Amino acid sequence: MVKQVKIKAENIDFYYGKHQTLKNINLQLYTNRVTAIIGPSGCGKSTFLRLINRMNELVPHSRVSGRILFDGLNIFDPKVDPVQIRRRAGMVFQKPNPFPKSIYENISYGLEVNNMTDKRYIEEKVIDSLKKSALWNEVKDRLKDSALRLSGGQQQRLCIARCLAVEPEVILFDEPCASLDPISTGKIEELILELKQDYTIVIVTHNMQQAARVADYTAFFLLGEMIEYSDTQHIFTAPHDPRTEAYITGRFG
Amino acid sequence: MNKTAQNLGFGFLYLTMFVTIGFLALIIFFILARGSQVLSWQFLTAAPRSGMTAGGVAPAIIGTLYLTAGAIIFALPLGLCCAIYLCEYSPKGFIVNIIRISIHNLAGVPSVVFGLFGLAIFVNYFKFGVSILSGSLTLGILVLPMIISASQEALTALPQSLREASLALGATKWQTIKKIVLPGALPGILTGVILSVGRIAGETAPILFTAASFYLKGYPKSVFSEVMVLPYHIYALMTEGTHPEKQTAIAYGCSVILLILILLVSFIAILIRQKQRGYQNG
Amino acid sequence: MKINIKEKIYKWIFTVFAFASLLFLVGITVILVKESLPLFQKIKFMDFFFGKLWYPTYDPPEFGIFPLISASFWIMLGALFICVPLGIGSALYLNELAGFQQKAILKPVIEILAGIPSIVYGFFGMAILSPFLQKTFHLSTGLCALSASIVLGIMATPTICSLADDALSYVPQSFREASFAVGADRWQTLTRVIIPAAGSGISTAIILGMSRIIGETMTVLMVSGGAAVMLKSFFDPVRPMTAAIAAEMGESPMGSDHYHALFAIALILFGLTFILNIVAELISRRFRIKLGMSR
Repeated sequence: MVKQVKIKAENIDFYYGKHQTLKNINLQLYTNRVTAIIGPSGCGKSTFLRLINRMNELVPHSRVSGRILFDGLNIFDPKVDPVQIRRRAGMVFQKPNPFPKSIYENISYGLEVNNMTDKRYIEEKVIDSLKKSALWNEVKDRLKDSALRLSGGQQQRLCIARCLAVEPEVILFDEPCASLDPISTGKIEELILELKQDYTIVIVTHNMQQAARVADYTAFFLLGEMIEYSDTQHIFTAPHDPRTEAYITGRFG
Repeated sequence: MNKTAQNLGFGFLYLTMFVTIGFLALIIFFILARGSQVLSWQFLTAAPRSGMTAGGVAPAIIGTLYLTAGAIIFALPLGLCCAIYLCEYSPKGFIVNIIRISIHNLAGVPSVVFGLFGLAIFVNYFKFGVSILSGSLTLGILVLPMIISASQEALTALPQSLREASLALGATKWQTIKKIVLPGALPGILTGVILSVGRIAGETAPILFTAASFYLKGYPKSVFSEVMVLPYHIYALMTEGTHPEKQTAIAYGCSVILLILILLVSFIAILIRQKQRGYQNG
Repeated sequence: MKINIKEKIYKWIFTVFAFASLLFLVGITVILVKESLPLFQKIKFMDFFFGKLWYPTYDPPEFGIFPLISASFWIMLGALFICVPLGIGSALYLNELAGFQQKAILKPVIEILAGIPSIVYGFFGMAILSPFLQKTFHLSTGLCALSASIVLGIMATPTICSLADDALSYVPQSFREASFAVGADRWQTLTRVIIPAAGSGISTAIILGMSRIIGETMTVLMVSGGAAVMLKSFFDPVRPMTAAIAAEMGESPMGSDHYHALFAIALILFGLTFILNIVAELISRRFRIKLGMSR
């Protein structure tokens, strides 16, 4: 399959107040590939991820310069509505954050806010998303139960299902396994590998093994700079930059 | 040596707590004990008779309900909108600071000053007269800061992650507020409203010149009618009454009703809070 | 695009409503100033403020509110003697000595008590306290500055306790641990570390308590006795500012000098509480910064 550029970041600088947290980031993300962003905490990897769906606008006193092209469309163009971008780029958060509603309503919510009114379509979509996120068998008899009763791993898969239902093109994972046990983590990783058939996936992670297991490409961030970006194999076996090597061999971070 | 200082000091703290609770328990005990003898079904449901020396206080109870409901109807939408602006929309800055300071200061304005404001604006300028409407609006302004703070607290208690989850699904800000934020904050807002009810029901000074009347025949007919109100009734019986021995007893009865109302309202608020906590943990 | 317009409309609605409090505060100020100005065209502010005679219905009337101001002041001072030690002491008790379970009960109880309407306290003062004082001290009347101070003091105690407790609970646990670690006992830790650290928070509580006491109306109206003369002893009946407004507004014809004079008293009262609130706000802001908290 030919590599297709889905998202292209050009000269991204990001400031929080006077503090610059991203310095001149240039990066391309490819369709149907998993790209991992690794680096020690505070390196700006989550900040970068949150730029892609313009979630950073929620942070006061923040400022961005540069461009992110989403299928060629500059998402920072003043004419672009962030809501439209977020519909195209779904996000799964560090801590599972289901709404305090039923399992069913958690998934139908995204469809409803996107002005979907066809009840039958919504129901199909809910079932379909639960199946895709490998949660269907565990919850099919209790869709009306509160989502808060699910285990942490189940909640996270529910959040993935919720995100799938609105049919995004890109899924952004922000350390999705940070609060999960190894078994749940395994399930989520399996899921990510399956999902890449249909989506462009970006995953921010602390865990280098996880990056090695799921990602096709890996970017290493350090103190707001992108130090190195290439295919995962390469990064983990023959990094160019000594700082990358230091990080992946566990000498800091 | 050190030990003595500590024992004396802690002894003093024990004493203060004991005295504080003791004083207040004493007040509540006296009023409940003497007032409960007056309470009866008839006292709650009948109108006053024989120049306010016999009969019940039903019109005053009804009047209190009207004024309280009116004030909440006025203050809740206003206060909630303000809280939503401050918590969900406001860019932190100069204007928001001004708004916050004015809320704090409005909360500290003496209640009698609200009464004068209501008199000048609603009674005289808008010509609503001494009426339920004037009284409700005055009380509404008085309770506005309380509703705003309670709503703000409820809104900020809702985890930011839920808002992010909703926005990340492509919901707009308003959709997020309507479908996620408000339902989630509802118990907290409700608690605030209930506590405000307790506050308004007991306020007297703001309605002295805007709504209250010592004695009325029959029940109010429209929002432009004067009303009898429980707290004002107590005041009037004690200061303008002509038969102190009988009227003091009625005042005891009114005080008990007010006290029970306040205790009940606080109790409900605490229950809601606890249920909410249980829900968030489980 | 349609969605965008809807979003903007909602934002505008919320923004407009957010200014309601400011509007009312400004409205109150404007009304008070406007309604009291006519008086100051007739008498000088200094004569009004420092005048020792308040006979608003005599002919010619006298509008000197110094007796009212001094009554408010002395009653407040008396009340502070009761509510400051009791309120702060019980807040310290809640923080230092009450166990987790005890605090879980006492804190809501104190908050409920803070919500008891002032009319109930006033009623208590009138029906129970003042007859008792009259008998004990053989007074001509039990309705006097002393009973007003006592009732207001009891009434403000839960408020001060609750606010001071909040201030104390903001003091980081690490302060306490650091003090224990150098061998201080609990009392030393409390008096040398905790209280100084929470000092400005506690003074905020006292200032807000003062503001509440001075603005309190129904209680003093019922209990203070109502005589608008200079206070000579705490056993004399007096008439504080709030009581004068509440008692006389009903009898003063709209637009008369008396009416304007009462608004002028309200203006002074408003200014006084406004200053107290601003001071409390400034202190508490510094307090938060000192303890390294964002606002």
